[in-house]
Amino acid sequence: MLKIWSMKKEQQKAENSDGGAAGGAAGGPKKKKVTAAQLRVQKDLNELSLGTTMRTDFPDPDNILSFILYIEPDEGMYKGGRFSFTFNITPNFPHEPPKVQCREKIYHPNIDLEGKVCLNILREDWKPVLNLNAVIVGLQFLFLEPNASDPLNKEAAEDLRNNREMFKRSVRSAMMGGSVRGEGFDRVAI
Amino acid sequence: MSPGPVYPSSEPARWKYLDRIRTRPGPFTPQPFNGETSAKYMDKMKILVIGAGGLGCELLKNLALSGFKNIHVIDMDTIDISNLNRQFLFRQSDVGKFKAEVAAAFVEKRVKGVKITPHNCKIQDFDEDFYMQFQLVVCGLDSIEARRWINATLVNMVDEELDDTIKPLIDGGTEGFKGQARVILPNITSCLECQLDMHAPRAAVPLCTLASIPRQPEHCIEWAHVIAWDKEKPFPQLDKDDPEHITWLYQKALLRAQEFNISGVTYSLTQGVVKNIIPAIAATNSVIAAACCNEALKIATNCAPYLGYPENNYMMYSGNDSIYTYTFKHEKKDDCPVCGVSARELTVDPKWTLQELVDSFATRPEAQLKKPSVRAEGKTLYMQSPPSLEAQTRPNLEKTLAEGLGLVDGQEIGVTDPAFATVSFKFKLKFT
Repeated sequence: MLKIWSMKKEQQKAENSDGGAAGGAAGGPKKKKVTAAQLRVQKDLNELSLGTTMRTDFPDPDNILSFILYIEPDEGMYKGGRFSFTFNITPNFPHEPPKVQCREKIYHPNIDLEGKVCLNILREDWKPVLNLNAVIVGLQFLFLEPNASDPLNKEAAEDLRNNREMFKRSVRSAMMGGSVRGEGFDRVAI
Repeated sequence: MSPGPVYPSSEPARWKYLDRIRTRPGPFTPQPFNGETSAKYMDKMKILVIGAGGLGCELLKNLALSGFKNIHVIDMDTIDISNLNRQFLFRQSDVGKFKAEVAAAFVEKRVKGVKITPHNCKIQDFDEDFYMQFQLVVCGLDSIEARRWINATLVNMVDEELDDTIKPLIDGGTEGFKGQARVILPNITSCLECQLDMHAPRAAVPLCTLASIPRQPEHCIEWAHVIAWDKEKPFPQLDKDDPEHITWLYQKALLRAQEFNISGVTYSLTQGVVKNIIPAIAATNSVIAAACCNEALKIATNCAPYLGYPENNYMMYSGNDSIYTYTFKHEKKDDCPVCGVSARELTVDPKWTLQELVDSFATRPEAQLKKPSVRAEGKTLYMQSPPSLEAQTRPNLEKTLAEGLGLVDGQEIGVTDPAFATVSFKFKLKFT
């Protein structure tokens, strides 16, 4: 057992001579440490490039693991709408992807009526090297290029595949709070 | 293992050979070595075994027979009839009882002089104070989540100033005919999180496959787990160990499988998919548990070099094609999210405003950050971006560190800078 401690001291000595200052002298009771997930999220938030079409809202600024992202596409079929997503990040981040859900009921082939999002990097293709910026870019892309071959809302995907013009009109009317195929949608137009 | 005689009359004889190993130096014994002291130290040690399943039964038996006198064991599970083929501390009459309790009682009865304290609960139910009482932790777990939790807890417990806050973690794992035994010296050697890539994660199924066209029984179960549960919320919180919850998922999955003409959805597959269970083979368990126990004995007594010291820390075993083992050094990762960044000391005046602290990072040779964002655990001090968070935290800049913001001596802060994407610092505040 004692070997571990002498080993640690050797290691520390080496680090100190490199100029790194390992270890602190502050004794007393143990203080809350910064967790890996929090530090990583802090870094990721710093690197977000929101541009003019996105913004964030933190209901509790002290809890950066939970926030809302607003997207207002400035081109494509969903131009003129305001869509919001809740982001919930677990303490296992970045080994687990953030949990993302659309807060409005919208008509979109890759987002179902409960707001679940089918984006590969939010599930099977998530890797810890990806960051929050990759996720928001992915979400933005869903509004520019809805993907009919990978549907979560099968009816919307069918419409998009069969008649793109018709689909566009349905998107417009859903965004105004109208209904498509008998299903009512939330008004998201601004 | 038929219940044979207990050896009250031959007690000293039972430990004779063990004591030779513990007290006499061998050709590989690291110097200096004092056998007498080591054996006495080991007698006083408290050791924790996590898991009383396949590996756990073996570990408890081995550790008790290796002379460990004070053992605690944690397991939240109860005994299932399917455990009996390899979890040899359990009998048919024990089905339904807590594993930790039954295993502890069995080994206590068979090995005189050992005290085993069972805890029928989750490892997450205990805090650092509980784990602090042990000198050694041995894991025989079947889930990666639990391993990562205990690893992060033990790494976080290390206080550079106090030697006995370093709790060596011996981790055994088996999967079919393969297994591994490794030793983690928290903050010193590569931790479990550094080695995470050694586990191939279960391939996640695209959500769209689950939602539209399932092809395998697993897809139906995942659908029940991910989509149906969320939609119907039959119980407020999914408890993967509650048979009622698993039954609900099983029935949902079965209906979906019938709808798509898929066969193979069973209760045990449902349990397997939802809990991500890894199959177990008795012989692999005994090989791995023996290796783990051997490491525990060596760490406790220093009678021989052990995994983690001086070099190799990972032993992999494969019984797929005859028998193969390979032992190597898994390097510590500098950017490991758990053990990679240890906090450096930062001398500050508690009367400084946050603005002064933020500005000071630009000139500190160890930081040189021009646009730092600063957070403490549970408190966002100042974030340079995104803009909404910047606006929300800007008022903090005028406040003083101690009085205004409530920071205390010894508190840790995390510092990042958008200009240095790969760098994040942890500092421990030292008030002047």
